[in-house]
Parts: sequence; C-alpha cells; structure tokens
Amino acid sequence: MQAVDWLYLLLPYQFSPVIAGTAVVVLTVYFRGARAAAERQLQVGFGRHLAFFAGVALCYLVLHTRFDYYAQYMFFMHRLQHLVLHHIGAFLIALSAPWSVLALGLPVGIRERLLRPLVRNRLVRGLYRALQHPAVAPTLFVGLIFFWLIPEVHFDAMLNLKLYHLMNASMLIDGILFWWLMLNPSVQHASVRIGYGLRILIMVLITVPQVVLGAYIALSRQELFEIYAICGRAWPISPEVDQQLGGILTWIPAAMMSVLGVLLVLRMLLRAEQTRSEAPNPSADIA
Amino acid sequence: MKAFVLAWALVLLMAGCSDQTDWQTRYIGGLMPELQFTLTDENGKTVTEAQYANNTVNLLFFGYTSCPDVCPVTLAQMRQVLDRLPEGMVGKVRVLFVSVDPQRDDLESLRRYTDFFGDRFVGLTGSREQLDTLTSRYRTTYGYGEPDAKGNYVVTHGSAVYGFDAAGRAQLLIRNDDSPDAIVADIVQLVQG
Repeated sequence: MQAVDWLYLLLPYQFSPVIAGTAVVVLTVYFRGARAAAERQLQVGFGRHLAFFAGVALCYLVLHTRFDYYAQYMFFMHRLQHLVLHHIGAFLIALSAPWSVLALGLPVGIRERLLRPLVRNRLVRGLYRALQHPAVAPTLFVGLIFFWLIPEVHFDAMLNLKLYHLMNASMLIDGILFWWLMLNPSVQHASVRIGYGLRILIMVLITVPQVVLGAYIALSRQELFEIYAICGRAWPISPEVDQQLGGILTWIPAAMMSVLGVLLVLRMLLRAEQTRSEAPNPSADIA
Repeated sequence: MKAFVLAWALVLLMAGCSDQTDWQTRYIGGLMPELQFTLTDENGKTVTEAQYANNTVNLLFFGYTSCPDVCPVTLAQMRQVLDRLPEGMVGKVRVLFVSVDPQRDDLESLRRYTDFFGDRFVGLTGSREQLDTLTSRYRTTYGYGEPDAKGNYVVTHGSAVYGFDAAGRAQLLIRNDDSPDAIVADIVQLVQG
C-alpha cells in the first residue's frame, strides 16, 4: 500500500469540527497535564498514559477516518464501531483514570473559575450521583445499546447526521461513565460509593441482556435493519451475513469486556484484602 | 426470551406510535437536506437541481442500466404509479434516475434506458466526485464488485426512492416493498403540498 492510500484511509469520511476539535483539546490538555504532573513528581505510571492514548486513538479511528464510512453502510462495521466506543475505548480511558492529569493540564484560570465551581455545583453533583447509581448506571449502559438498536430509531439515526453523531457521542460518554464506576481504584469517589462485590455483580448481570440481544440479532432469520439495504452497502455482502456478524459482535466481545472488568476488580479486591490484613488498625476498613 | 420479545414488541409499538400517520411510505421530513446536486444530463449538459426543482415533485433513485433486478423493478413500479395518478398530475412529477456506474453507462445507453420508462424519467450521471457528494448527502452509498471473465461486475446501491416536494425538501423514503396504492396516495399528497 502506498502512502497516499494510507492517508486516504486516515482522513475523515465526513469532516466533523466537533470531533476534530475535541480530539485536539483533549490531547493538548492531557499532554500539558502529564508534563505538569512530572514536574510535581506525581506518580502517573506509563501504563496509565498508554491506556489513555490507546483509548482516545481507538475512538478517534472509528469516528473520524474512513472507518466511519464503513460504519455507516455496513451493519457489522457499525456494531464494531459501537464496541470500540462503548466497551473497548471507553474501558481503556476509564482504566487510565485520567481526571487528575486532565485537571492539571487545564489553564489555571479555567481550572479555578470553571472546573472547580462546576465540580462543587450541587446540581452537577446530584446529576452525577444519579447517573452513577448502582441501579441506574447498568440500566443506562444496556438501555442505550437496546435503544439505538430499535429498528425505527436505528433507521432515523442512520439517515440523519445530527442523530448519528448524538448516537455515537452517547455511547462513548456513557461507556466512560460506566467503566469509570466499575474500574475506579478508589471505592469512594465524589460521593458515589460502590463496593467491589457489587461491581462484579453488575458486570456479570449486564452480560445477560447483551448476550440475549446479540444472539437474537445473529440468529434472526428476518432482516431487522432494512436501512442498510435501503442505503446500499459499502461492498456486496449478503444481508444475512452482515446481520449475523453484527449480532456476534454485540454478543461475544461485549461479554468478554465484562469478564476483563471482573478480573481487574478481583485484583483490586485482593489488594484491598491484603492491605487490610497488613494494617494494624482494623478501623481502616475500606470495603 | 418471551419477556424479552414482549418488551421488544412494546418498544417497537411505542416507537411506531410517534410516526407520522398521514403518510403510508416512510416520512423523512426534517431528517435530510434539500435537493441539491451538480450532475450531467442525458445530453451531456452539466445540470443542477435548479433545472428540475421548479414546482415539481422529484423522485430520486440511484442505480445503473445493467442492473439485473432492483432498478428495472423499481422504475417499472414508478411508471405504474405515474400512470395511476389523477389527471393532470403527471406533469408535476419527475423521476430522476442517477446512474452510479458512469464507466459503463454512457449518455446514449442512459437515454435509451430512461426513455423506455417514459418521458417523465430523466437520466443523470456524473464524475465519481459528483456522485460521492450526492450519495453522501442522502446518506447512501454504492460500491463495485469484482469483474467476472467478461468484465461484468455487480454494483451495490441504495434501493429506496427519495421523494422531494415541490420546494425541494426531502419528505419520503419509498421502499421497494411499499404497495403501489401507498405510493400513489403519498405522491398525490406530495403534489398537493
């Protein structure tokens, strides 16, 4: 492949100033924050930096390159796009716990006059607490997958560019919120308290509706999403194969991300147990 | 599983309720941009939507003349629908057939193809760039399969007909399983504004 071909693949299918702008701002702020953290000798491991960049890069690739073209005209590519936004990319970003680095990277004026009051705002805190409620967060996580796959809703989202962007943004934002709730290394954060055991339960429970939905799509004899036939597919592929692949992508890798999450939380749980048994004071209970 | 299917059906029902009820094909008002294009007509002249938008309902369809099934069936159905319109209404409706296979569809074959269906059918095509602009504007695409030994290849393209009102606003998405009755009723409504 020649350089020109690669460039073509990396250029956005439809240029979006919002996506391009967000990527530039987020990366700039993160770079500044990482430098400031190093100057203050705050420990941010290489692994966390790597997770953050991998997460952001993956999300950018599926949203703002030629990939987006295929995601608009192939059902299974669309499912792959959402798998990256809602599960893999969001998972990596949450795993990197980038908030302190990002806050450090903001210009002082913005941090003091915008971020601080915002974080302290009662309304914002209340909304955050509601979204991160142990019953609301998983419902929202699974609910969004179902919602955008209602054939009628899916139809409109694939026809209207604004709805399409709204759909993708909602998947990414909700994904980060959910995985942050699951993977947050501290059990108590911003007044949201959720123990390791409950997290494991939630991650196991959310696999059930995802498996059912994925299997339903993959095994359905009916063409569920006619929009791809109406709009034309990116290359000749039978509608059945497209739908089966899409169903499998909704079914298996999505459930595997839960398994990965459970393993990570189990490790946190073991470490917490260790510190507890080593601690001389039993009142330092963190679970 | 039963509960899931029930829940799904309920959601579908709710989504269905919010639909426009006075249209029988798919109403897409507000979802898509106004009619706009730069293409080449059957006489090799560069044309824009301005030539066709004057107080006429336009039905936009993408295809290619060597298309074995979808295109002839859809165009024949449109022909039938036009024949069934009330008196004097046919002159206010036009079918724009855009070939997405400019390599094989020269002006001559495009003219012969659309003439076969009637004088309300206009053949258009353009460069790959012009076609890409138009197809991505209407959130549709096309692609080419591998050529066989004789050089014949399949072209994938959207199967829907886009209905624009006399002001050039996208209003309808007509699918190939919509009944002729439904299409006739909706086109009459489109012409009457």
